[in-house]
Amino acid sequence: MITFIIRRLLASVLMLVIVSMVTFAIFFLVPRLVGATPETIATRYVGRTATAETVKDVASKLGFYDPFIVQYGRFLKGVVAGADYSTGPSVEYCAPPCFGYSFLTQRPVWPEILDRFPVTFSLAIGAALIWLLSGVAVGVLSALRKGSLFDRAAMGVALAGVSLPIFWTGLMSLVIFSYGLHITAPGGSYVPINVNPGQWAYSLLLPWITLALLFAAGYARLTRAGMLETMNEDYIRTARAKGLRERVVVTKHGLRGALTPIVTIFGLDLGLLLGGAVLTETAFSLPGLGRYAIQAITDNDLPKVMGVTMVAAFFVVMANLIVDVLYAVVDPRVRLG
Amino acid sequence: MKKSTIATAAVSAALALGLAACGGPTQTQTGGTGQQTGGQAAAQDAFNAANSGKVFNPSTKKGGTLKFANSGDWDSLDPANTYYGYAWNFGRLYYRTLTVYKTAPGAEGNEVVPDLAESLGKPSDGGKTYTYTLKQGLKFEDGTPITSKDVAYGVMRSFDKETFPNGPTYLNDLLDWPKDYKGPYKTPDMDVSSAIETPDDRTIVFHFKQPFASVDYLMQMSPTAPVPKAKDTGTKYREHVISSGPYMFEGEAPAGKNFALVRNPHWDPATDPNRPALPDRIEVSVNVEANDLDNRLINGDIHIDIAGSGMQPASLSKVLTDPALKARTDNPTLSRLWYVSIPTTVKPLDNIECRKAVMYAADLTGYQTAYGGPVNGGDIATNLLPPTIPGHKKIELYQTPGYKGDVEKAKQHLQACGQPNGFETNIAYRAERPKEKATAESLQQSLARVGIKLTLKPYPQGEYFAQYAGNPKFVRENNIGLAVNGWGSDWNDGYGFLQQIVDSRVIRETGGSSNISVRIPDVDKLLDQAASETDAAKREAIWSQIDQRVMEEAVVLPGVWAKSLLMRGKGLTNVFISDSQQMYDYVALGVAQP
Repeated sequence: MITFIIRRLLASVLMLVIVSMVTFAIFFLVPRLVGATPETIATRYVGRTATAETVKDVASKLGFYDPFIVQYGRFLKGVVAGADYSTGPSVEYCAPPCFGYSFLTQRPVWPEILDRFPVTFSLAIGAALIWLLSGVAVGVLSALRKGSLFDRAAMGVALAGVSLPIFWTGLMSLVIFSYGLHITAPGGSYVPINVNPGQWAYSLLLPWITLALLFAAGYARLTRAGMLETMNEDYIRTARAKGLRERVVVTKHGLRGALTPIVTIFGLDLGLLLGGAVLTETAFSLPGLGRYAIQAITDNDLPKVMGVTMVAAFFVVMANLIVDVLYAVVDPRVRLG
Repeated sequence: MKKSTIATAAVSAALALGLAACGGPTQTQTGGTGQQTGGQAAAQDAFNAANSGKVFNPSTKKGGTLKFANSGDWDSLDPANTYYGYAWNFGRLYYRTLTVYKTAPGAEGNEVVPDLAESLGKPSDGGKTYTYTLKQGLKFEDGTPITSKDVAYGVMRSFDKETFPNGPTYLNDLLDWPKDYKGPYKTPDMDVSSAIETPDDRTIVFHFKQPFASVDYLMQMSPTAPVPKAKDTGTKYREHVISSGPYMFEGEAPAGKNFALVRNPHWDPATDPNRPALPDRIEVSVNVEANDLDNRLINGDIHIDIAGSGMQPASLSKVLTDPALKARTDNPTLSRLWYVSIPTTVKPLDNIECRKAVMYAADLTGYQTAYGGPVNGGDIATNLLPPTIPGHKKIELYQTPGYKGDVEKAKQHLQACGQPNGFETNIAYRAERPKEKATAESLQQSLARVGIKLTLKPYPQGEYFAQYAGNPKFVRENNIGLAVNGWGSDWNDGYGFLQQIVDSRVIRETGGSSNISVRIPDVDKLLDQAASETDAAKREAIWSQIDQRVMEEAVVLPGVWAKSLLMRGKGLTNVFISDSQQMYDYVALGVAQP
């Protein structure tokens, strides 16, 4: 088992290196291949009346004249060993993992990512709890009352939840509940949990519910399908024949069997969200990693793009790793693979 | 002069109050600084109540919290490193400069007046040297005196474009800096007296390479904000700029984070007649989703959309069709022109007759529609200089019925060009801008009427000037006969508007210039002549002459003089739009007290 985990860990590190190389190449290599010069790339990071000399100075400062492999090597070195950066009057040490300094704000990226992570974490965890509990509960009830009015209504809502873009549901829910009924916080009013836990929950209530609606819908449909399949298994009939109460049959035997794929998908979904819930954070103006990523891409700010990509990839890779390990625990055949 | 202005304001305000008491339609005031000396009463909203020289809800009452929101973020809060119009408008709350735009509505707000300096610059040496004397009693937020050396240091550090790449470069280019000067970080011991001298703590002298007349305009730009050398932290300085204005940062303001300004206890209003400083506190939210920002503005959760570029398309239909909401909006004309460059390096547009054919064939009403119509888009432009720039004159060399184009005249010019059946060329635009795409499509249709076949070529916005439309080699090799373009003035005079788009010397073969098509030697000479002309009336006449020459050469197809639709937040006082800002004057604003 330990060998299996070590092997998977090494594969995860390799995956992160590949992700960083691909991101770096998309940013630098692809434009060069279609004819961009270091100066044309540097033009993005200067004012609109910059002289040719200024453009050259900035290109030189950002290292654009160096070969691609040297630039990438410098990035990796910063991540592993840190790097020194000039602030103008002094030199500042950027401790590892140093993803570099923003080309635009010229401030280190890593502290900015750390600063935004609690927002994304708060959003993802709260929404995950809501969608997991509500999605599974609705799925189980729908399966037990297949064809009933509740089942049809719940699956109808689930279909709408999956189909409606969160950008639309987010803005509409703000208009109705925050600006119309004044029962939830307006967009952009996030308060950290250590400042005021009550305000923290209040400011995130609407984003949690909106994001959870999207995922709960899928989980409800998945749970329903799983439960319908499980409840027809022979061992359920055996459990009932033994005289077990229906609640025990459903929760201990039926749900347990149906939950295995749910837990797997939950891990992957949560991992994906921890890297930034881009649309939800944008719709609710939450200063999390998703919003940060959008800004970084809009600004063509490579160090920021690299930083946020690596963090997102880290969570996805970790989630995959955990799921793989759980599979190995559940199913011994995986260890032989 | 100041006393009479206040008196005028007080009388106007009293009249406005009286009108409101009698059930007058709108409480506004024209001219003056926008301040009234009495109390305040609720003003009645009306469309354009804070536009065209009027002050909406004038007040001098202090207190309350003014709330701004920004759908993006500053390039930098550091005065050396910012190039957004709204950043310069807002920056005057926490820094002062040698000169400043007068805090007044309409055209009066375009006047440059002394700020840190006692008077406007005193020219000598044939207009190559300008001397300013600082007022007495000026202090930073920590109570230390502001000296001429702090102003000089601010200008010197802004020279370092490796450290501060975003800021304007006018002072880098125009002052007589010593060769190899790299700014105070890299060349700390270099003698810069050829460019700047500070003979004593209150005097600062600037030496220009050539005579330059618009110096007072330059000195209101952010790089002349004083920076105390001992507190300069380079790229980190943006997180807490040391205030010289009426407000200072509460703690730090790192990029991407909301921040607040509070009163600066060491700011002396006696030295600063331009800043009423009404609110006690100013809060700013950044990276607010743009549509949500409009909703919050409509619902009274925030007071001002700080970018001042207008409401989102999704909000426009709602606002313009609801009389109560429309009454809270203003529709200023901006010092911005949306236009199409016609490069003379691409055949057959190297022939002026073919360019004239384009000018006559274009349907400008389609151009206006592409930009959102007369309210949100703007007015049809017939030449370069927008109406807000002093010296503007309407020049109509290519008049067509109803601005819809004149097919017959266009065909005559095509005949003269040797292309009687028209020709094929490409039109470039920025792929991320739907309005530019709509412009290109509109021109494609209107030019097709005379046989000019346009192929649409979208290019990425980030590299549009560096790699594509602004790169002369690319333009030639890819047959870019037309390029959709746009420009807003850096400051509100002819030089600030024209220099970067009509001076052929700013065109770089490696790309990156906004001037894509204007290469007229006469125009370069006229620019130099105007730049050194100290008589404002004569200078303004030359700007118009330049405009005329560019239009005669038909190298620019003007489209729209831009307008925007701005909304006043609920409970704002002392609201007006000045020609210099073309958005609400943020220094003047106050909030109503319960």
